[in-house]
Amino acid sequence: MSENKRVKEPFVRIARRSSIYWLKAWGIRAAAIVAALVVDALLIYFITKLNPLSVYGTMFQGAFGTNRRIWMTLREMMMLLCIAVGLAPAFKMRFWNVGAEGQVLVGGIATAACMIYLKNLPTPVLLIVMFVASLLAGAIWGLIPAIFKAKWDTNETLFTLMMNYVAIQLTSFMVAQWENPYGSNSVGVINQNTQAGWFPRIFGQQYLLNVILVLALTFAMYAYLRFSKQGYEIAVVGESRNTARYAGIDVRRVVIRTMLISGAICGVAGMVGVAGADHTISVNTAGGRGFTAIIVAWMAKFNTITMMLITALLVFLDRGAVEIASMYNLNEYASEMIMGVILFFLLGCEFFINYRLIFRHGEGK
Amino acid sequence: MAIRLENITKTFGTVHANHNISMEIRRGEILSLLGENGSGKTTLMNMLSGIYYPDAGQIYVDGREVSIRSPKDAFDLGIGMIHQHFKLVDVFTAAENVILGLPERGRVNRRTVAKKVREICERYGFEVDPNQKVYDMSVSQKQTLEIVKVLYRGANVLILDEPTAVLTPQEADKLFAVMRRMRADGKAVVIITHKLHEVLSVSDRVAILRKGEYVGDVPTREATELSLTEMMVGQKVSLNIDRPEPVNPRRRLSVEHLSIVNAEGVKVLDDVSFECNSGEILGIAGISGCGQRELLEAIAGLQREEPGSSIKYYPPAGGEEELTLCTPRQIRDHGIALSFVPEDRLGMGLVGGFGMSDNMMLKDYNNGHSFFTDRTRPRELAARIKEDLAVQTPDLITPVRKLSGGNVQKVLVGREIAAAPSVLMTAYAVRGLDINTSYTIYRLLNEQKKKGVAVIFVGEDLDVLLELCDRILVLCAGRVNGVLDGRSAKKEEVGLLMTNLNKKGEGAA
Repeated sequence: MSENKRVKEPFVRIARRSSIYWLKAWGIRAAAIVAALVVDALLIYFITKLNPLSVYGTMFQGAFGTNRRIWMTLREMMMLLCIAVGLAPAFKMRFWNVGAEGQVLVGGIATAACMIYLKNLPTPVLLIVMFVASLLAGAIWGLIPAIFKAKWDTNETLFTLMMNYVAIQLTSFMVAQWENPYGSNSVGVINQNTQAGWFPRIFGQQYLLNVILVLALTFAMYAYLRFSKQGYEIAVVGESRNTARYAGIDVRRVVIRTMLISGAICGVAGMVGVAGADHTISVNTAGGRGFTAIIVAWMAKFNTITMMLITALLVFLDRGAVEIASMYNLNEYASEMIMGVILFFLLGCEFFINYRLIFRHGEGK
Repeated sequence: MAIRLENITKTFGTVHANHNISMEIRRGEILSLLGENGSGKTTLMNMLSGIYYPDAGQIYVDGREVSIRSPKDAFDLGIGMIHQHFKLVDVFTAAENVILGLPERGRVNRRTVAKKVREICERYGFEVDPNQKVYDMSVSQKQTLEIVKVLYRGANVLILDEPTAVLTPQEADKLFAVMRRMRADGKAVVIITHKLHEVLSVSDRVAILRKGEYVGDVPTREATELSLTEMMVGQKVSLNIDRPEPVNPRRRLSVEHLSIVNAEGVKVLDDVSFECNSGEILGIAGISGCGQRELLEAIAGLQREEPGSSIKYYPPAGGEEELTLCTPRQIRDHGIALSFVPEDRLGMGLVGGFGMSDNMMLKDYNNGHSFFTDRTRPRELAARIKEDLAVQTPDLITPVRKLSGGNVQKVLVGREIAAAPSVLMTAYAVRGLDINTSYTIYRLLNEQKKKGVAVIFVGEDLDVLLELCDRILVLCAGRVNGVLDGRSAKKEEVGLLMTNLNKKGEGAA
């Protein structure tokens, strides 16, 4: 710049992108993950003096190291994915269903009740009864806030959140009822000997049914939201209720119907958790996944196919983190930091997808 | 001279919003910045007020080159802008809004602020109560407060972005008086507008932009509506609106004793009765907020009518259908093709996040028995409308929210007309549209009229209402204050009916 104190152009300016090529958008996301891994590597090195590469190697080992670990990772993934798929229609309708945690729990309670009281039914019948019971339980848990929303316009965020606590208390109560052995304050493994109501092995794989069931729901939900008339209604209601009324859509009906579906799928996730994975029920059956699923749903922009990628990433990180925690004797905070950094970069990179930076032109121009 | 712009360029993506613009803003002068929608008026002024930063070019204030990087820089240079969308905090008082963001040290002395606010008000003839909360204010009061806010910060250059869009004619006249007083005070005033009669009545000089380029400036006294339009559009235009004689008008819709009470318990429509006929355009005039919106929404099935109200539809084939208390879907199920272009285009008529294609099926997505939607037909319709009405959009899936106001309106009007309506209702169909698009809309309405459609046209520009409509119904405070013949009515007559409510019964048709 010239000598007569010419005022300077700002160093960097932010401008909104009108559009972005999809490949570039994914490139930015990939770059964000790489950057996060670099920052994590520095973090690992300076805090623990361990070789970051071997730590990452251990993480990978933890998630995919053995056949069993792969299946455990898949099992976790399916549970999280199922909840996120359940949240998709509600969130697409801009109905802030933060009550997945409770909907999963009541679905789990229903499943456990069937396993305990109907253990003499033949397996296929019992599985179907469990499926229907968990579906209904979750649907009811979703229906209650939806009715209040539709009739009196109550705030669904608070309502669904509080329903979680009701579900947690209900679970505690049922655990006390079903305590086994007496005094243990837990239900223990249900039907340990008969395995009645457990998801059966398919092709010898214990968790294959989880995968089949959840993937079927994922693709069905994708088609429902994208191609069905009801999915169209959900999108319109989510964008603008006035437009929906103008179009002749019965907004109350759509809200109630959508929350029935959302709660029902979260309820099924409860069955997947109880009958397909834990074979017990406790207040930790949902284990915070109802909230993690919100992150998944948002990051995937309610696209259930994208959700598969996001859950895979999150579950991989989580499984890997558990492994390094035990392997290197780190406490759980170390792994949470690693995960936090990756999520920070991944969410933060959306800024660079929506905006671009313009730097000051070079000197002399 | 207060401000000089030299070779200012601003691009958004590949679009040149402003290209190589050089112009002057002078003290003691009201300058009109005239241009069609999307010609870059607001962008240019936003670079003076620190919202945008130019990609190239220089700005001189009082002969000194400056760099305006933020609204604060702009205020420090004495430049203040009153935006189209007010930037006020609803729950604060007028005085609190005025001092908001000012770096004053120590405790805020509300009394001195109020005193200074009153001083400004007296000097320019504003009526602002420093202790009134913003949520209690009318639109025009809010606008006045925005002006006071800018003056309080010591602005010498005031930029008003389409200030009259939200005002009644009377309020606009008041604003013009204020602008003249500011001019007399030696301030430079810029008014962004595309209303020609305002330009001619208030400004000293007109600067014209077209498609981001600076066309030139002329002293207002040497300009006429036609000469300005030609500079603005870049070609010769005819400013006449067609009005064919109605052919074989038949009663199509009758409204009797319609009353509506809104959510706040206020009676917004009171015993409204009228009829509208096929093959004619019925204009509805009135100051904004006199029940126009509720009237159209009631017919469309979006309001809850009070007992005693009756809305009837008379199909071309004979017979009658009751529309009172029907939902939009019930109306459609009765086989009534009712098209409605609401005032709030993106908040009611269209889904902002959808592309053109998905917006086409908004009203008939539910046709047929399939569980899934039919996406082929809407895509074809969208392509046809894009072609016929020259909608500017990169493709059919770009969210319509990203299109300019005129293009959004074309999409909406195009869809409603494509539904082959027998009644077509439009609310402020040309609000915010440039001249060319406005005339396209008038032409489309006339085509519908010739096809025998009953058209209801709620408008705000009396000149247009008087040129386009066969009959004009005047609403005043939720009542029908008279129905006039569009061909013989005088502007003053309509204006009087808009503001002075007749005694009950008198004048109602």
